[in-house]
Amino acid sequence: MREASRDRIKAFLTLLPSMILIGIFVYGFIGNTIWTSMTDWGGMGALALEPEKNFIGLDNYINLFTGFLGGGFRQDLVNAVYYSVMLLAGAVGLGMFIAILLDQKPKGEDVLRTIFLYPMSLSFIVSGTIWRWLLAPRGGVNILPTYAGLEPMTFDWLSSQSAILVFNWQDILRILLYAASLVLILIGLAKLRKDTRKAFKWLVPGIAAGLFVWVFGDLVPDAYMMEEEHGFNLATIGIIMATIWQYSGYTMALYLAGFNGISQDLRDAAMLDGASTTGYYRHVAIPMLKPITISAVIILSHISLKMFDLIFAMTGPDNGQTGHPALNMYLTTFRGNEFATGAAIAIVLFLIAATFIVPYLISQYRERGRR
Amino acid sequence: MKTRTITPGTILLYGTLTVLALFFLMPAYMAVVTALKLPQDISLPTSWELPPVFNWASFSEAIELLKPNFINSIILTITATIGSTVLGSLNGYVFSKWKFAGSEVVFTLFLFGMFIPYQVILIPLFQTLRAMNLYGGLPGLILAHIVYGLPITSLIFRNFYAQIPTALIESARLDGAGFFSIYLRIVFPLSIPGFVVTSLWQFTQIWNEFLWGICLTRHADNPITVGLAQLAGGQAVSWNLPMAGSIMAAVPVLAIYIFLGRYFIRGLLAGSVKE
Repeated sequence: MREASRDRIKAFLTLLPSMILIGIFVYGFIGNTIWTSMTDWGGMGALALEPEKNFIGLDNYINLFTGFLGGGFRQDLVNAVYYSVMLLAGAVGLGMFIAILLDQKPKGEDVLRTIFLYPMSLSFIVSGTIWRWLLAPRGGVNILPTYAGLEPMTFDWLSSQSAILVFNWQDILRILLYAASLVLILIGLAKLRKDTRKAFKWLVPGIAAGLFVWVFGDLVPDAYMMEEEHGFNLATIGIIMATIWQYSGYTMALYLAGFNGISQDLRDAAMLDGASTTGYYRHVAIPMLKPITISAVIILSHISLKMFDLIFAMTGPDNGQTGHPALNMYLTTFRGNEFATGAAIAIVLFLIAATFIVPYLISQYRERGRR
Repeated sequence: MKTRTITPGTILLYGTLTVLALFFLMPAYMAVVTALKLPQDISLPTSWELPPVFNWASFSEAIELLKPNFINSIILTITATIGSTVLGSLNGYVFSKWKFAGSEVVFTLFLFGMFIPYQVILIPLFQTLRAMNLYGGLPGLILAHIVYGLPITSLIFRNFYAQIPTALIESARLDGAGFFSIYLRIVFPLSIPGFVVTSLWQFTQIWNEFLWGICLTRHADNPITVGLAQLAGGQAVSWNLPMAGSIMAAVPVLAIYIFLGRYFIRGLLAGSVKE
């Protein structure tokens, strides 16, 4: 038995270097960035070997969200939300659609799969460079309609300054409260069918919060001293298009693997029960692949949060309207030498990522424990 | 197998697939066509048309310009892939066959490292490499890629080794084999496909990486993505060069994808945590 315990020690010692590396490089570094974000490290002597840093608490965060100079960051944050939502809807939707088409086993399925998935192997820098050329004004995509005898498009893909879905940053707290109330109500409605009592636990606070903001909205403080408008900038559509092009093949591969995993018997049974092809996917296949959808959503959200390279290659700092916090962090830190502000942006990004990754990892952990 | 008749359904299926395939191939076509044009033949209104004369000079010019970056990327990618794959294999072996109290928690803590936006570790990474005198060159970048590659490589190997029956390991232990001899004689010989999948995945990721490349290396040690971004950045007048450069930066990973696509897709699916 002594041999066995020596093996256990060997196993532990094998893992130890990686544990130490991850401990320092992931957790230690995150802690260090949190600390940096609460200092005033930046400006002139920022790159000195012993730069001057003073603890200033949450000032950097307050400045980002409500300060005079944080407008660019706020626009980036709004962009990040739109990017994520559009990328998720687009890549999951298109990927699932292509997977369903390929699941019909058309001739040349292998070739088609290769075509749909190749963008995934490319670097964002490569695809960004090519898409920038495709979206050039008066060229590329814009003149495609002329080949069908139509007028060319005149859309300013990457340089447009106009925005839709504009809102005032002053109202952001009220908007967030409304959003929270909407989420609570939606969860409540979803539970209503199964368990009425549980549903009310979600519905009541949801409706109460919504009503409160509606009636006493003036009590909720303004987030900013003056009007500042942010919206979904039209110049970001091109970037979103390129991301969907690059990542829908990935979701396609996930769903195809999932569809192949569903037994033919089940499919035949569904068909025998009179399900149409549409019915089979809607009521049998796609609900069965819920874990795949969740994985895809998690991974795509995490990708959309680090959409730095693509934007760097497509518009870079040229059009601030298309910015993203990940890009802003780089520019602030390594071009502007404002390390503390950069750290604060990074932490905001990290917190957004953590809100959906931590629950996901915990649920994965529990699932492993059950088996 | 019934013979397929042509119905409106099949026409619609093939029609939709054709349109989608054209949309997906559009950027590749554009890159090739533009790279083959003479600079004076490139104009916005004719960007889709085939070049009047094929001009291969853009490629040799791009190769000339990006050669140092290409070599840097080769060195970086190969060393970091080997490092992270070997460590990942050992970690995966421990995580799947030598579980100890708390090893699942450690594994989950590892996985978290895969999902963080790397901006959050960039500043201390930069400082640490500078303090270790590794900032600016390839060794620092290699170290970063090895460390942050550990979560995904450990995950892929852990899932891969889960398929090896534990009974096999236990009978080897009864025969007196220890931790390392089980790894070397049983697990390692079975893990060749695992090594292929993991190293292809790592190769692609490291080759395509940009953020660390631009933040942690000096000009002479820039990897290919940074070289390409500089070549294409600013107001590039002649687009033939960036397009040729893009093709050049894409070729190694595209080749892997086209010739070893099966393993590439397995890496892709393994990367999605779900076991």
